[in-house]
Amino acid sequence: MSETIHPLHRFFRPSVTSTTNCPGCGNGIVVQAILQAIDDLGMDLDDFIFVTGIGCAAWIPSPLFNADVLHTTHGRPIAFALGIKMGLPGKKVMVTSGDGDLAAIGGNHLIHNARRNVEMVVICLNNSIYGMTGGQAGPTTPMGLKTTSTPYGTYESPFDISQLVIAAGASFVARWTTFHPRQLTASIKKAIQKKGFSFIEVITQCPVQFGKKTGAGSAVQMMREYKERAISVKEAAKLSEEERAKRIVVGELLDKAKPEMVEEIEKIKKIAARETP
Amino acid sequence: MSGKRVLTGKYFMMGNTACAEGAIAAGCELAAGYPITPATEIANRLAERLPQVGGVFLQMEDEISSIAAIIGASWTGKKVMTATSGPGISLMLENIGFAVGVETPCVIVNVQRGAPTTGMPTAGVTGDMVQAKRGSHGDYEIIALCPASPQEMFDHTVLAFNYAENYRTPVFVLSDAFVGHMREEVVIPEPERIQTVYRKIPEAGADPRKIKGFLDEDVAAMPIFGRGFKAHVTSSCHNEYGQRNLSDLEALDNFVRRLSNKILKHKDEIVLVEKDYEGAEIVLVSYGAVSRAAAMAAVLARKEGIPVGTLRLITVWPFPGEEIEKMARKAKNVIVLENNLGQLFPYIKAEAAPYAEVSFQPPSIIGQIHDPEAILKKIREVEK
Repeated sequence: MSETIHPLHRFFRPSVTSTTNCPGCGNGIVVQAILQAIDDLGMDLDDFIFVTGIGCAAWIPSPLFNADVLHTTHGRPIAFALGIKMGLPGKKVMVTSGDGDLAAIGGNHLIHNARRNVEMVVICLNNSIYGMTGGQAGPTTPMGLKTTSTPYGTYESPFDISQLVIAAGASFVARWTTFHPRQLTASIKKAIQKKGFSFIEVITQCPVQFGKKTGAGSAVQMMREYKERAISVKEAAKLSEEERAKRIVVGELLDKAKPEMVEEIEKIKKIAARETP
Repeated sequence: MSGKRVLTGKYFMMGNTACAEGAIAAGCELAAGYPITPATEIANRLAERLPQVGGVFLQMEDEISSIAAIIGASWTGKKVMTATSGPGISLMLENIGFAVGVETPCVIVNVQRGAPTTGMPTAGVTGDMVQAKRGSHGDYEIIALCPASPQEMFDHTVLAFNYAENYRTPVFVLSDAFVGHMREEVVIPEPERIQTVYRKIPEAGADPRKIKGFLDEDVAAMPIFGRGFKAHVTSSCHNEYGQRNLSDLEALDNFVRRLSNKILKHKDEIVLVEKDYEGAEIVLVSYGAVSRAAAMAAVLARKEGIPVGTLRLITVWPFPGEEIEKMARKAKNVIVLENNLGQLFPYIKAEAAPYAEVSFQPPSIIGQIHDPEAILKKIREVEK
């Protein structure tokens, strides 16, 4: 019997034979989108250093991708990634982590590196919940939702992470859902090629901790909801703020050229060398 | 690059400046930090000097990201450092544990100041001595050196880089506001007279599946990034290949013990002390700036005919227990001098008490460095 092997399987670390993801998790869709983007660009995993934080989304490349992977402390992957980019400016640095890791405990590093506009790709899997620890509310959980840490409903407004990163000074920002794998792949390709801080928010389902506990349902039900609520940037512009708040605005939210930090540092080194007695 | 790494010459130099020069002489290529009194001059000097030699200084958003960035850069093969004071170390501790856990060479300078909490920034108080060893969670070993002069701020920083590279571990330089801000003669030698070492890395082209990059008590070659080693680096419990294991307690036991043994096995190479207690009945044990007062007090006591010696700890972690015992076996009385309420005293006492009377003497006012006359008074009391 001939064995059929997935064309992206060659990117997997040979020692990894199982997944830690729950059934229905959106991680797998993002794994495929990342690897497809790299493959489409004709690149190799050795062109990348992957950096992750703590939480389910941080396990996407760790240990799955057969590449250099630094699995860091909670909230800090972008800060580690900055040091890696400084040391290996010729390599692509990609961070994958969750909304809790990047926007709660690690929010400061997110905005400051967007401000620095240091070249890296940050993929934020936003499931609106703390999945690994059992479904606690986070800074992205919708107002009023009952979770394990908000049994009577949340009483805080959530972040719009993409808008936060835009305001902080990034070069490229896109938002998709797990219902949009092809669009997501296309945006990841652009992000990899972008000279600057690129941020991609992926609205993703956690059927186990979010779906069950909040009544959002199964993975299929949640993705069906993403399909129904998703609206393009262009169409969303026609809606009132109130109407827009009910939808998930998807697409490329920002793509602009601005000074990139690694290049700016090279200029500084030249100035310093010139001024050295 | 046109700047020189080693500014050979004789200078009247501030301790913090000498520390930065030591780092650059040792081959530091990247530093990251956040301004804090009384350590800021180190960052300022590195910000000026590193770009001159092709390096980078990053001013970060906080100390958490400072240590994170240098660990990341160390994994690209760079020699790295950060400098801060107690409040900054408190913020760094989680990631210092990370650096220990994934065996990352880096140098952390703590110019200690008046504490606890925000304390008194310009006061020199060695209040973070145990924090360096036990501040991050879990069992681990660390290396820490205690300079007592601007010259040693240079020398010990070079040494700290060498230890970091040799043993793939974070190394502390535990200075304080006195030594950091002190100005004295600093001699920077010729480059060829400064010994520098670089970590072992796997052979180019090594099969990634066969690289044992972790948990070797004789220090594994570091599978740095960008060389095709496909390193999986996780601070979670892992084996020698870097493979995560979150279920077997034997794997955890192996992880904890090997990390610690890596340092303890090489303790003899790491521990440095200065001893001058031949024939002494009373021995003053101290470290850092206080050792200067101890040396003076010993001179005064000997003039009075009291046989007083000194033992100065240069390496405080791993703890030089064997050196303490060796000294205590020859002494009648041991006086421990620290510019705090007795941080290393319990450790020293545990080693010395079976053989000698051990007492503790803080300065009359914390942060003031002992008056040699006050030490002399204590010596006279003990002698009776």
